[in-house]
Amino acid sequence: MSSPAETGPPRYVITAENLTKSYGDVTAVDGISFRVPAGEAFGLLGPNGAGKSTTMKMIGGVSQRTSGSLSIMGLDPEQHGPEVRAHLGVVPQQDNLDEELRVRDNLLVYGRYFGLPMSYLRPKADELLEFAQLTDKAKSKVDALSGGMKRRLTIARSLINEPRILLLDEPTTGLDPQARHILWDRLFRLKEQGVTLILTTHYMDEAEQLCDRLIVVDKGRIMAEGSPASLIREYSTREVLELRFGSERNATIGAELEGIGERIETLPDRVLIYAHDGEAALEQVSVRGLRPVTSLVRRSSLEDVFLRLTGRSLVD
Amino acid sequence: MSALAGPYATDAAGHAATEAARNRRFGPLYSRNVRAVVARGLMATKSSNWMVMLSGFFEPVLYLISMGVGLGAIVGAVQGPGGQQISYAAYIAPALLAVSAMNGAVYDSTWNVFFKMNFAKLYQGMLYTSLGPIDVAMGEIFLALLRGAMYATGFTAVMGVMGLITTPWAVLMIPAAVLIAFGFASFGMGITSFMKTFQQMDWINFVMLPMFLFSATFYPLSVYPQGIQWLIQAMPLWHGVELLRQISVGAFTPATAVHIGYYLVMIVLGVALTTGRLRRLFLK
Repeated sequence: MSSPAETGPPRYVITAENLTKSYGDVTAVDGISFRVPAGEAFGLLGPNGAGKSTTMKMIGGVSQRTSGSLSIMGLDPEQHGPEVRAHLGVVPQQDNLDEELRVRDNLLVYGRYFGLPMSYLRPKADELLEFAQLTDKAKSKVDALSGGMKRRLTIARSLINEPRILLLDEPTTGLDPQARHILWDRLFRLKEQGVTLILTTHYMDEAEQLCDRLIVVDKGRIMAEGSPASLIREYSTREVLELRFGSERNATIGAELEGIGERIETLPDRVLIYAHDGEAALEQVSVRGLRPVTSLVRRSSLEDVFLRLTGRSLVD
Repeated sequence: MSALAGPYATDAAGHAATEAARNRRFGPLYSRNVRAVVARGLMATKSSNWMVMLSGFFEPVLYLISMGVGLGAIVGAVQGPGGQQISYAAYIAPALLAVSAMNGAVYDSTWNVFFKMNFAKLYQGMLYTSLGPIDVAMGEIFLALLRGAMYATGFTAVMGVMGLITTPWAVLMIPAAVLIAFGFASFGMGITSFMKTFQQMDWINFVMLPMFLFSATFYPLSVYPQGIQWLIQAMPLWHGVELLRQISVGAFTPATAVHIGYYLVMIVLGVALTTGRLRRLFLK
């Protein structure tokens, strides 16, 4: 664990250059480059099929890249798979807990896969069950756990080898809001302990909550890179006015709104007006005599950045 | 790839000097931790279906009683491998032991592996740790062998109780049965890796049942015309049946070495196939 007091250039735990992965004619990852310093929470944000999971697999050394270079703590995961994975914790998109083993045994056995001794694993398993709030489920069968509990057990399992880097592929997909917040809280604690988090998500709020820095990926390419706040500053306005005129009029109202705010985005179900001051923009709308069914002023989010970068709206 | 069995075989020797070279060669594939996969399998056995395990043991025992004792009363004495007269039960018992070793190994390395591969996603999880595909393949094969060895020991004990063991050589049937199980387990797991549906898995039974019935299990090979004999002799079970039958009476010939060699080749090819397939499936 690196302390913030260390001087000199940041130590990069992951360096990817021109990383490319093709499956036949399909290029899933198309020449992406990024570097992640130790202790950072780094996000890969993008829609399904953007190449996020493939990138994660290459980092874990379970998918061979087509070209480019990749270094995980100075090692090439293709050449040194077992050594690299000894420092990684992996939370896959779908839970793959060992259903034939009980909850605590899942942690012990997984630790054995890393060649760790039982004298270390027994107290560590209890500590992680505590961390995952599963202590009273230690002897339960895995299939008796709820979705959120299984997810927490998967995260606890990924920490058994005290990884320096934790790979989380869509960690909260399919969880209810309460379970998501519990999980986020656990991830924050890991970050505080200096674990480098690499996170893929298609939830913009999750990326904003957890990531220090992220890349927006679409069709295997990096569209933008930066902190959530700087991306919003760069690609969006401070506020957004959301107007709903009913599905009939949304498409045609654009022209009548012309000139309000800095940019207008028309979606099938609503119109977005990007403006520094959302309330002022709303006033201008009513001055023009337009009466939206509903109106909402909110702060810009990564959702808006993504819309701007990819031009992707549901109209296509 | 043909030397894949090498590092495991010399593992116990633990020559430190060759270790570095070995690690380089098998670096991404092997982390010398087969025992973790085995330990997991033993732990999971606690929750597994004991009835299925026991039925695998009793099946050949029931055949031995019905065919050996029942049918044997009509057949009378037959000629054994050494030329001597032996009871029909004593003639088919070693063959059924070979079948028992095959069944135990094949069940574990096909149906169990099929489920773990396609439904439990177990290997996917394992290969995201320090384990390499060689660790996983060898661990799973070892578990199948353990089961084969248990069946073989139990069956040999039943033979002893039924008075079908006449020579101390017969004890060697247990390690020989493990060798047979190794051959079937390593190949079975490799073949299973190609299977995607339950219908395809039925093909395994489609091959195993005729092999069980026709591999000179219940009568000598000489009843077949020459062409059929060659076909049977190409099959692995026939070599297992002949090997155990020779050991059961302590009558060894140069053919004994051929039978053992057949299994050694089968093991090397099977482990190479399985490892290659695991690598292709999970480290693509």
